[in-house]
Amino acid sequence: MDTLKRLPVVSHVRQAVGLQRGMLIAGLVICALVLLAAALAPLIAPYGYAQMAYEDGSRFGAQQAPSAAHIWGTTVGGYDVFSRVVWGARTAVSVIVVAVALSLFAGVALGLISGFIGGWLDRILVVVADAIYAFPSLLLAIVMAIVISGGQSSAWGGILAAAFSITVVFIPQYFRVVRAETVRLKAEPFVESAIVLGASRTRIITKHVFRNATRTLPLIFTLNASEAILTLAGLGFLGFGIEPTSASEWGYDLNKSLSDVTSGIWWTSVWPGIAIVITVLGITLVGESMNDLNDPRLRLRRKAGSTTATAQTAQAAEAVPSSEAAPASAGGTAPAPRTSQEDQA
Amino acid sequence: MVASVENPVLAEDPGKNLATKKSRGSGLGRYIIVRFLLIIPTIWILTTLVFFLMRITGDPITAALGGRLTQAQLQERIEAAGYDRPLIVQYFEYMGGLLRGDFGTTVSDNRAVSEVVLQYGAATVELVFFSLIVAFAVGIPLGMLAAYHRDRWPDAALRVFAILCYATPVFFAGLLLKLVFGVLIPLFPASGRATGSTELLMSGVVGPTRIYFIDALRIGDFAALGDILSHAVLPAIALGLLTAGVFLRLVRTNLIGTLGQQYVESGRSRGVSEYRLVTTHAWRPALIPVITVMGMQIAMMLAGAVLTETTFEWKGLGFQLVEYLLKRDFVAVQGIVVVLAVIVAVTNFIVDVISALIDPRVRY
Repeated sequence: MDTLKRLPVVSHVRQAVGLQRGMLIAGLVICALVLLAAALAPLIAPYGYAQMAYEDGSRFGAQQAPSAAHIWGTTVGGYDVFSRVVWGARTAVSVIVVAVALSLFAGVALGLISGFIGGWLDRILVVVADAIYAFPSLLLAIVMAIVISGGQSSAWGGILAAAFSITVVFIPQYFRVVRAETVRLKAEPFVESAIVLGASRTRIITKHVFRNATRTLPLIFTLNASEAILTLAGLGFLGFGIEPTSASEWGYDLNKSLSDVTSGIWWTSVWPGIAIVITVLGITLVGESMNDLNDPRLRLRRKAGSTTATAQTAQAAEAVPSSEAAPASAGGTAPAPRTSQEDQA
Repeated sequence: MVASVENPVLAEDPGKNLATKKSRGSGLGRYIIVRFLLIIPTIWILTTLVFFLMRITGDPITAALGGRLTQAQLQERIEAAGYDRPLIVQYFEYMGGLLRGDFGTTVSDNRAVSEVVLQYGAATVELVFFSLIVAFAVGIPLGMLAAYHRDRWPDAALRVFAILCYATPVFFAGLLLKLVFGVLIPLFPASGRATGSTELLMSGVVGPTRIYFIDALRIGDFAALGDILSHAVLPAIALGLLTAGVFLRLVRTNLIGTLGQQYVESGRSRGVSEYRLVTTHAWRPALIPVITVMGMQIAMMLAGAVLTETTFEWKGLGFQLVEYLLKRDFVAVQGIVVVLAVIVAVTNFIVDVISALIDPRVRY
């Protein structure tokens, strides 16, 4: 039980009060719903994502207004909007899982090694990571999408291409955070004593530094997951989407609905768009409230009056990472303020 | 507000004796030089990365024209463009070209990338400019409002609004705006930079900046100006809201921090109203971080502009990038991406220097 209570999200729910608790729980509920939609897509969706005709062979028809047979209408391509939105959750979740897992793994490993070993390797990696970090992620993802899929995509090929494209963009974020923490931890007495005791590098990194350096990661994880969805949708919107016959993708559907909008057909664009907004909203709510809870200056406390939480400390400089709080996390957040001056100076 | 922040470095520099002048000047000077030198590896790494990544997939000629020309014709064009030579030779030639300002020639319509950038860049600059106005006008006052009502319902509502701004992809925000204010309640034009007649008028301007509202002001045609501004409303809101959300959160947190500082506290103890504290005493220092994040925000806006321009058929660099992507003209794509990389690197440099000027702690 005790270990369960110390898990990131669980401990946050226990800690939270009032508004922050409301935001956290609302976020968790939304995330659960999206996961549920992804897992149970075949049961929820009345039709397949690439289905254009009923069982008897008659076609749905294009741009049909919402009706009993198609509660959210049909698209310009003749697909059922509701079914495609539900199936889209599955694509979104797969891409996030693959992208975040890959970038987490690569970013943390590189950050630990670079921060602990230092020297020229560290310098090169930092400059490269900074260069990539400062670059608009969507443009980099476009380049990666060209490289991986040549600008065209199949079923899993498309999902993997999108995921890899996003991975490359996010590695620097994990890298920066973990490296900064590792450099700080290296000077801590407990690491020094481990060195004195003759522990090997590998042991120190995996045993002592790793667990301490990765404390802020759940937060970056949530913020990255939401950016991953936006990048995926952005790629889809620009025509790097997964073909409609191989999987359903919200960004692609939005792109196809561009022409519908001018003729006043709203159902083809509104629903996939809302799906994106809700998914990102859910993940961001979880991340935001976890962030507030991690920062004692922002955390609301039980019993205390509303004034106790007043941020008295915060010098302007400290406050730069602002709502992203915990200085270490600044590098990894989606609309994160730049803090690279500190690294470079 | 940037100018109104007192700037000790510039103010003191001329009249100071040599010793202090040297120590102060060199601190900032050194920072600017180091920061400037850091642009070079940044741009070099990005261009190298993009070059090799794009060439892994094969030569651009086959990508763009494969299937439309015979094998022999393809081979001929590949040889003419030099894509049959070793990659490393091509790389050095490409980098040499970049140094001379030659970003390559597009495959599909055989134009210099620099020419394409000059032609369409202005539209993107115009869009980003209007969007920044929206971001400032919406984000900063609302952020102050949220801090003023901290932890009460207006604050909660504004924070949800800020998250929504971030959670809504710019193209969906654009689609909704188009649908609601362009089609259902036709208040504003739903696409393009101007109506046909204005476009024609603008193309006739002598020595055009191609930034339409400046050109319209220069020829003093206010009907055209009105047309241009009404076209800009929806795209600027779509793109600006994204950054407005970031500014809102930033101003809120920092204002809350500033409101807890001793000088504000002392004002409070003298009975200065909370409203006056926010509007006259606390807001200025709380705005410094907004300048610090500007570089990042402009980078985000450039990426957002690609999506916004596609949504609104705003014929800028982003729109053009997507056109070339669809034509599979990867030389053009690579060229535009590299130009954007340079713009982002230079913007970040300028922003860093400005924040160093304002806040001495940045430069140590």
